[in-house]
Amino acid sequence: MSQPKVVLVACGTAIATSTVVAKGIEEAMRERGIPVVTRQCKAAEIRNRLNGVDLVVTTTPVPADLGVPVIQTLAFLTGIGKEEVLKQIEDALKES
Amino acid sequence: MLTELLDPHAIVLHYTAKDAEAVIRLLSDRLQASGHVHASFADAALKREAELPTGLTLAGDIHAAIPHTEVEHVIRPAVALATLTEPVTFHNMINPDEEIPVRLVFLLALEQPKSQVAMLQEVAQVLQNQNLIAQLMAANSIQEVQQALSQVNTPP
Repeated sequence: MSQPKVVLVACGTAIATSTVVAKGIEEAMRERGIPVVTRQCKAAEIRNRLNGVDLVVTTTPVPADLGVPVIQTLAFLTGIGKEEVLKQIEDALKES
Repeated sequence: MLTELLDPHAIVLHYTAKDAEAVIRLLSDRLQASGHVHASFADAALKREAELPTGLTLAGDIHAAIPHTEVEHVIRPAVALATLTEPVTFHNMINPDEEIPVRLVFLLALEQPKSQVAMLQEVAQVLQNQNLIAQLMAANSIQEVQQALSQVNTPP
């Protein structure tokens, strides 16, 4: 059993949007057989929360130089491009 | 969950708003009057909207915004809803420089991060369902809104 990948989900307040995204990632990756744990944070806190993180998924703009892969998406809220984003997340986690 | 948390006193249909601020203030005032949020909520939500906007471009003609703010301004969780006759400008959550003409606004008064997961997932379901959005935009009564939202599946 491989170690679960850690996905840090960032949004403005770490309350609303990131909750939907975290839940969506957990469910979709479970279906794909990829063990993940998600953490949530405010976009402003992101630099201090990167320890052990394999992938950052964010719904707000974040700096480009975080040193871990970053996926920016609203697909978990709007549904637009959701399959593509899930594929990107899957690929990023497989590579990490 | 969403139908339970939607405050009937904070459903405003076919509202003609001057701008996004007017919508946020009206819905915040309604939630304050019904005891769901503190008086500080409106200003806090506006400040947050200016810094971290919540506009969302949806798949159809109607676009949405989900203004919300920090938990300390909330007394009890609730959702307020406005449908607008004319679009008002919100900014895109993921690209704040982009303006979005919004006619559907869910103002969210949230408590703890994990406690309203089901409701938030239901809001996302609504935003992804063009048929449901059309029903909400056409609704003329609280009953019609509740009827439309009752079609949303409560997540497990």
